[in-house]
Amino acid sequence: MTKYLSDLKIGETSTVLGFDTSRVDDQEFATDLEDRLLEIGFEEGLDVEILHQGPIGGDPIAVKIGTMTVALRKMEAAAIILGDGQ
Amino acid sequence: MTALRAALIGAPNSGKSSLFNTLTGSHQKVANYPGVTVERRSGIVTTEAGHDVMLIDLPGIYSLNDRSLDEKVSREIITGSHESEAQPEVLICVVNASNIRVHLRLVLELKTLGLPIIVALNMHDLATRDGIEIDTARLSQELDLPVITTIAVRKSGISRLKEFLDRDASAYSKSTSHLSDTSTRALQKEAGRITKLVQIAEGGQHKMTRMLDKIVLHPVLGPILFFAMLFFMFQAVFSWAEGPMDMVESAFAALGELVATYIPEGIFRSFIQDGLIAGVGSVLVFLPQIIILFFFILILEASGYMARAAFLMDKLMAKVGLNGRAFIPLLSSFACAIPGIMATRTIANHRDRITTIMIAPLMTCSARLPVYTLLISAFIPNITVMGFFGLQGVVFFSLYMAGIVSAIIVAAVMKATITKGTLQPFLMELPKYQLPRMSHILLGLWQRVRAFLRRAGTIILYAAIALWALTLYPNAPKDAPEADIYYSFAGMIGRALQHIFAPLGFNWEISIALVPGMAAREVAISALGTVYSLQGNEDQVATSLATVLQSAWPLSTALAFLAWFVYAPQCLATLATTRRETNSWGWTAFMTGYLFGLAYLIAFIVNVTSKALMA
Repeated sequence: MTKYLSDLKIGETSTVLGFDTSRVDDQEFATDLEDRLLEIGFEEGLDVEILHQGPIGGDPIAVKIGTMTVALRKMEAAAIILGDGQ
Repeated sequence: MTALRAALIGAPNSGKSSLFNTLTGSHQKVANYPGVTVERRSGIVTTEAGHDVMLIDLPGIYSLNDRSLDEKVSREIITGSHESEAQPEVLICVVNASNIRVHLRLVLELKTLGLPIIVALNMHDLATRDGIEIDTARLSQELDLPVITTIAVRKSGISRLKEFLDRDASAYSKSTSHLSDTSTRALQKEAGRITKLVQIAEGGQHKMTRMLDKIVLHPVLGPILFFAMLFFMFQAVFSWAEGPMDMVESAFAALGELVATYIPEGIFRSFIQDGLIAGVGSVLVFLPQIIILFFFILILEASGYMARAAFLMDKLMAKVGLNGRAFIPLLSSFACAIPGIMATRTIANHRDRITTIMIAPLMTCSARLPVYTLLISAFIPNITVMGFFGLQGVVFFSLYMAGIVSAIIVAAVMKATITKGTLQPFLMELPKYQLPRMSHILLGLWQRVRAFLRRAGTIILYAAIALWALTLYPNAPKDAPEADIYYSFAGMIGRALQHIFAPLGFNWEISIALVPGMAAREVAISALGTVYSLQGNEDQVATSLATVLQSAWPLSTALAFLAWFVYAPQCLATLATTRRETNSWGWTAFMTGYLFGLAYLIAFIVNVTSKALMA
């Protein structure tokens, strides 16, 4: 079963395998999402770790990617495919 | 040689603005690009040899794909397609040492433009302690660009950078991109390759940031800390400013007396004393509060906390269809709606942006402080409730909350109806915490204070003079039963408006004050001062406005007046900014209409209920 960044729990780590923006319901929203994710620093092969969750409903999440921390909504995280990498 | 035109460019959180402040110091100008209200920050850098370099600080971008107005301006300027700003001759691209992978991609993309580029490798003050090590010689070789390491606290990198700027535009070699594929992915791959080569040690995560975030972003402690901080901020604005405000007040009173001693009684003295000194003085007295508020906001911004506030607030904002990022413009609107509305340009989606602009005036701005302060000190007893909270502070806080809650409701209604549309990504970097540099905070503070003083010196001054004239002419008939002002033009307008405002419990004096108060909210206070001090005898003039109001207004009127000020769009500058930012008279009219409607409705409810409760 494919795992996505939105499935990851706090403290868990994984590796970015790719993107699947078709999982986002809203297609208008999805068009530019992959480019935006790439630009801010999500990249295949980089390790990710969930550091924090928002106070309401655990959304948004703060993710450690490379040396920085990026905040994003679960809905956006759902487009990031994870894998074990190794 | 003519002054070199250089531009600072870089990704958000690269340390670009800090470098700009360090390079230009106080020799900087903040203005707007014509047509759009994207802030244009420019300054002069004087090189060691004494040459001047024109430096502009461009809005932060991740790539040349522009999604927001900000990014569009940056792209247009560096590609030379901007209508008024000439293309810079040299680009200084800021790369943060702790995040070179992402920032190098931008450098690679900029290289495709062919302009001379200097890479400023910005070492965070603590970068070495975090174990970050970069082979700068190799980086320079791989990029085929000069690389200069700058450390904000040390002079060496800065003077090397200045040395590099000390040459004629033609002396720089143009950059050339050897990449055939310039897609985001290809650039990223190349950036990743270079990063692997030059990064001797990647360094751990910033330890302090990780530790602080455990508390600041904690699901329970985080929001508590956030609201405690807001509460403390507003209590401070109220209590710390007290002393300095008294000083300003007595200084203006002394000035008034001085005028009275040297200028003979008559129209000219009245103009100087009651028009100029009283008018401007009653507004300048709030300068201490404005300074304290901006001081807090600037520190929150510079420390990296603002992004965390957006994180904590995102879900709440999402509930009304907005984005956590809209929280930052809204928070700035607590100081003034104008910079807040201008800050909405970072919201890429037009509908989200419009919604945020529409609710920005509901955030209690600093211009409302004078009104709140005066009425609270006059009508709310200075007692302690619930152990240690001052009742005045609690009322003050409630007024702020009233604005926030209303904004949430208005946004929800708008997003469900007229600004309905697709969601926008939240996606945002949480920068490392850093100790704000006091010199940069003071510089920012000075820019705001100057803007406020300029307003006091122009709009507010003219309004004070106009009102002074309106309240003086025409003269009252001999043996008139009412005070002189009753017969003046101001009195006539006030009496006409009184019929409209009577259901709110407003008397004609208030109705008069609301007219010049359209220019700027705080003018309503000086107007009240003029209205009340011009009538009656010298003794009444001498007693402070607060005491006058205490006896002139019932409590229900005072509360309704406060409620009116939570909503009423009494600021022409905000409306003008809205017109410019939305580029639409329709939205401007909508804002004006709905705010006046709400103000009237809520003030009416407050007046009626408080009357009923006290009966």
